[in-house]
Amino acid sequence: MIKLERLTKRYGKLTAVDHLDLHIPRGELFGFLGPNGAGKTTTLRMIAGILRPSEGRVWIGGDDLMQEPMSAKQRLGFIPDRPYVYEKLTGAEFLRFVAGLYGQDGDMVERRIEELLELFELTAWKNELVEAYSHGMRQKLIISSALIHRPECIVVDEPMVGLDPKGARLLKDIFREFVDRGGTVLMSTHTLEVAEAVCDRIAIIQAGQVIASGSMAELREHAASGSASLEELFLKLTGGVAERELARVLEG
Amino acid sequence: MRRALAHILWPKWQTARVRVRQQRRAGSTRVLVIAGVGMLFWFGVFGVVYRILQYFRGIEEIGPLLAGKLLGLVLLAFLSILLLSNVITALSSFFLAKDLDILVAAPVDWLHFYLGKLGETLLHSSWMVGLMAVPIFAAYGVSYGGGWLFVPLILVLFVPLLIIPAVLGSAVTLVLVNVFPARRTRDLLSVIAIGAAGLLVLMLRIVRPEQLMRPEGFRNLLDFITLLRTPTSPFLPSEWTTNGIMSLLVGSFDVQPVVLLWTTVGAFLVFGAMLHAWLYPRGFTRGQEGAERFVKGWIWQTVLAPIVRPLAVSKREFIIKDLKLFFRDPTQWSQLILLAVLVVIYLFNIRALPLFTGERVPFFLVTVISFLNLGLAGFVLASIAARFIFPSISLEGRQMWLLRSSPLDLRALLWSKYWTGTLPLLVLALIITVLTNILLQVSPFMMWVSVATIVLLTLAISALALGFGAVFPQFDTENAAQIPTSYGGLVFMMTTIALLAAVIVVEAVPVSGYVRASFRGEPIAIDAHMIGAFALAAAICIVATVVPLRVGLNRMEEFEF
Repeated sequence: MIKLERLTKRYGKLTAVDHLDLHIPRGELFGFLGPNGAGKTTTLRMIAGILRPSEGRVWIGGDDLMQEPMSAKQRLGFIPDRPYVYEKLTGAEFLRFVAGLYGQDGDMVERRIEELLELFELTAWKNELVEAYSHGMRQKLIISSALIHRPECIVVDEPMVGLDPKGARLLKDIFREFVDRGGTVLMSTHTLEVAEAVCDRIAIIQAGQVIASGSMAELREHAASGSASLEELFLKLTGGVAERELARVLEG
Repeated sequence: MRRALAHILWPKWQTARVRVRQQRRAGSTRVLVIAGVGMLFWFGVFGVVYRILQYFRGIEEIGPLLAGKLLGLVLLAFLSILLLSNVITALSSFFLAKDLDILVAAPVDWLHFYLGKLGETLLHSSWMVGLMAVPIFAAYGVSYGGGWLFVPLILVLFVPLLIIPAVLGSAVTLVLVNVFPARRTRDLLSVIAIGAAGLLVLMLRIVRPEQLMRPEGFRNLLDFITLLRTPTSPFLPSEWTTNGIMSLLVGSFDVQPVVLLWTTVGAFLVFGAMLHAWLYPRGFTRGQEGAERFVKGWIWQTVLAPIVRPLAVSKREFIIKDLKLFFRDPTQWSQLILLAVLVVIYLFNIRALPLFTGERVPFFLVTVISFLNLGLAGFVLASIAARFIFPSISLEGRQMWLLRSSPLDLRALLWSKYWTGTLPLLVLALIITVLTNILLQVSPFMMWVSVATIVLLTLAISALALGFGAVFPQFDTENAAQIPTSYGGLVFMMTTIALLAAVIVVEAVPVSGYVRASFRGEPIAIDAHMIGAFALAAAICIVATVVPLRVGLNRMEEFEF
């Protein structure tokens, strides 16, 4: 469903994403992990069509994002890490506007708006301007907007930030249900428990390159770590277990 | 205390330095253009004020009085502008700024916090007035031979005029935020400020200040001199600064204004700090309250939906969205008040032209004024386009993730933005041109030439604003009013002026032919010259419409976020 071919992004001398190859088939929830600045967000933004790759190609459901951007984007729902939305629109108006961007309108869209707002417990806020929404509510609104046109795959950057435990649980359930029905989810996250619990496969990216990828069992095998948790694997693979004199830092 | 205060201001200073460094890296052309236009403006202001002062110097007895009166008026206008701008700026720096959470949570002394934020408010709201004052003071200094002491003494006399409105403005904001929530206060203030500014400009125009320059309008010279000697108000700091400067330039330097100014500054600072200590904690808490507003979107849906129904869904939703955002944001729609004032003053000025006071004005003069009016109307339209159309792409910046990740054709976006901006501008252009021509009683030929030209010019000006807005986007700026003052805005205005000049020069050929023919009583000859010139003017406008839109679209395709 999502295929990356030697995907590269350079900013001057810095190579943020370095010849990345990845294939995520239909019906899979794929986790994208990596330390800060590893190139996760850049990769996701290239898949969403927001950034132009310096090299390589992105395929979404058989459509080349560069050659056929309209049909490729029609299949995609993108959820960014920072929930910037039009402050002076109400929640319902924002969703109606997003549906319009995908060429949808009419009663079907109105019903879908009601359905999504109900699901994310935003019905009481539907006629209130977004400027009065909390961070978590904005995040829920953006997730609703990514689902409004019934996409085939969802690309999501740090979905749990700002969500309360109930919202986080709901999102996990939605993603699982979505892939069980044949959808595809590519999710970047720092919450390793979430990745471990819901992802079918995981890729760990560092300095713009995939350093390990596979199911949890395959990752353990790769790192030669018997029954290690994802956190331990992550730290081992990314070299994050540096000795720190915690006591000195905390006690001054 | 000085170290603690410097520590609070250090991040701002550092940000300013980085910004200057980035500007320098952006290329020397940009710096040269900005410096060139700035110098041109300075020399222009200096030249005008210097000429007026030279004229005043030529009038015995009342010359210095007139110069003092003029300075008093200028400084009073500065004081009013500064007060308004400080009230608005203080709201941002004291209650809405992003660094407040860190500063309020840190163990920063309240007085250091107050002085730091006051300094920030003062700087942000006064820099433009400060720059504007330089050529005016320079003209006074040169005209009256101020000498070397003039510069330091001007600083001593002018700086209090910046501090007093900053303290007063911050205090007014502090009180207002304690009454209304901060976001609501911002909305309220922007409307009040724009309304007050509009009213001030309107009043100044309607009282016809040019009559002050005609002493023959007074019953006798004594009345006139008495009026000039009367201070505007002895309690206004601008009057003290005026007295100080004029005493320095004409006669012997009077220390009293300096004492008055600086003791007032001291008293105001103490009063401001006390008020801050008393009201700020409560005001800051209230400032955190969001603007709770339920919106009845169905009004929009009912009114707009039937009009935009024939359009494609994406274009339709874009137009509705843009209109809603505009009319729900008081900082945006309140600008329409200024626009209305501008149109009234424009028509008032045409009406006030001494054309129809005595004998019949030559046909030639009316035609020339109506023709040149096209350039003036074009300039007014360009200023409005700079304020409303130029920022429209930049304002999408934060939401560009949504627009670029959706299958939205950017041509649809550009199309919606173009017509949402152009249609109201076109209506305004036609109102200005047709009403002016009716007031001037022009011939049907000139009416048609003006209407056709202004329509084509409006289409081109709109396209230029949108195109340059896409080429020079300001995605970091949240305040739409700041975007036109950027480098891109400057380039847009310069290009538009060049377009206006080109069209007027080309059309001057057939119009002068028409005037000559009418003067000789001959019929208007529609020859190859006339058709060619009008076709060339139309071609220039069409090129100026199509090319910027194309370039803008290409630039938007390259946007990355």
